[in-house]
Amino acid sequence: MNAFSPPGYAARKRVNEIIMGLCVAATALGLVWLFLILVTLLWNGISGVSLAVFTEMTPPPNAHGGGLLNAIVGSLIMTAIGIAIGGPIGLFAGTYMAEYGRHEKLTTVIRFINDILLSAPSIIIGLFIYGAVVVPMHGFSGIAGALALAVIVIPVVVRTTENMLLLVPQQLREAAAGLGVPRSKVIRDVAYRAAKTGLITGGLLAVARISGETAPLLFTALSNQFWSIDLTKEMANLPVTINNFINNPDPNWKRLAWAGALIITFAVLALNIAARSLSSRNASK
Amino acid sequence: MTDMTLPAQADSRASAANKQSVLEGLRTRDRAFFWLTRLSALLVLAILGGIIVSLVIGAWPAIKAFGFNFLTVQRWAPNAQPEPILGGLGPIYGTLVSSLIAMAIAVPVGLGIAIFLTELCPQKLRQPIATAVELLAGIPSIIYGMWGFFVLGPFLAEHFQPFMIKTFENVPVLQDVFKGPASNLSLFNASLVLAIMVLPFITSVARDVFLTVPPVLKEAAYGVGCTTWEVMRNVVLPYTRVGVIGGVMLALGRALGETMAVTFVIGNSFKISPSIFAPSTTISAAIASEFAEASDVHQSALILLGLLLFVLTFFVLAIARLLLMRAERRSGA
Repeated sequence: MNAFSPPGYAARKRVNEIIMGLCVAATALGLVWLFLILVTLLWNGISGVSLAVFTEMTPPPNAHGGGLLNAIVGSLIMTAIGIAIGGPIGLFAGTYMAEYGRHEKLTTVIRFINDILLSAPSIIIGLFIYGAVVVPMHGFSGIAGALALAVIVIPVVVRTTENMLLLVPQQLREAAAGLGVPRSKVIRDVAYRAAKTGLITGGLLAVARISGETAPLLFTALSNQFWSIDLTKEMANLPVTINNFINNPDPNWKRLAWAGALIITFAVLALNIAARSLSSRNASK
Repeated sequence: MTDMTLPAQADSRASAANKQSVLEGLRTRDRAFFWLTRLSALLVLAILGGIIVSLVIGAWPAIKAFGFNFLTVQRWAPNAQPEPILGGLGPIYGTLVSSLIAMAIAVPVGLGIAIFLTELCPQKLRQPIATAVELLAGIPSIIYGMWGFFVLGPFLAEHFQPFMIKTFENVPVLQDVFKGPASNLSLFNASLVLAIMVLPFITSVARDVFLTVPPVLKEAAYGVGCTTWEVMRNVVLPYTRVGVIGGVMLALGRALGETMAVTFVIGNSFKISPSIFAPSTTISAAIASEFAEASDVHQSALILLGLLLFVLTFFVLAIARLLLMRAERRSGA
């Protein structure tokens, strides 16, 4: 047996075992964090989740009961507008990069800038919208919050649109073009259709990305204690409401904040998992 | 015969004109769609320009009032008389140090997970574990903040920090770095939360580039008797170096700008302390906690901090992208 083991082999083997052990430990650590965070959320949040959370308004301080209805509705409105504005812009920009300008220098530049915007600090987006929308409009507003979210949506959608359209086989486009179909129609009826699942995945990821965003809403939409769907006024939203309630000693507010945190996290994780399973189903096809 | 051909000719002439107008309409719509997409693409560049312009305009009063001293003064006194004294050194220091500590923790752990996933893990478990780690990136940052504040902070203050303080009590230099008292809110707590948050970015990039290593290279190394670690260190890591560094820079860019999680756990102190267990602040945390109530030059100084942060992250992310592009080109070639 010994003849097969070169000198120093035992030591090398031991080093290998130690480091591989550390790799296993690192993975365990990563999974433990996820598990701990989810357990903390369930532990603190589950008792606060009730029907009232979805049907009643945010309560004043030191009251009993109440819910998060205005915050949930405000978040839904701003997310919807953010996607409605940012989604098409991102889709068209990605379309240009993949379909018209595939070999242009401009596309390389835009892709580079877009990738930077994709990871840019979201609080900076908040400052940008504050300067560009809140100051000229003389006040915090729901539309400012929605625009901040739209700015976050655009790079996410641009990225997935371009990637997905690049995967569409060139022959499909050539076949359609050979029949005399105009280019814009080829893109809309052939390329988009072939890339449909991927494009939907991108949209889902964008929704997931913005539904938990707090920083860009802090000084754009602010928040609102009351029911308001007026887009030109401060608008209640779930993340900022959680932020305000959790930092308050009032136990009722704390309870609602944990309930809101639980709702938001599971909604975001569900969206992420849905997007993932959609794209992996597409890949295996 | 002539009676028959005349209407037919007229008909074909009319249909030709008709066809012409239909084609014309299609061409117009084609053009319109082209410009719609082109303008949307240019809008991406316009957003970047808009961010820079709006930050510079907002920061201008503070730039005029403080100039370069803003980078060297530590005192942050928005209500000082007669003039507010605002120096950005505290948050700049906090941003850099917290991110660096976070990277020091996250890089080895993230690479460890990537090594586990590509070399050790049973095939069946690879995808589920990779997905679980990536889900960490999906959790909203405010949730990390709450968890850090209510769970991690107290735990560290009760167990980890006293242990470190005691251990390094009589070691020169380190006794100042790990100086008490233990605190629920500290620079170190923020670093640890940041490390957990950027972990998925490092792991997923590292895993992707590890998978681009040609199996022949690894098999050759295994064939001459290398252990798994030796293959990783001498074959895989050198081969994927550029991509791994790109992933690390990407994570660093995220860590520098992370806001809500840090705001909850860092304690918002503008004073620079040598101890990592003391409260501190970062640029984004300072903006998040003060901006809504700030006015005039105070607000402008916060925007100036934001501008500095944006420039910093821009360069870090730009380097990350360039490295990743280089890695991609190589794996494609």
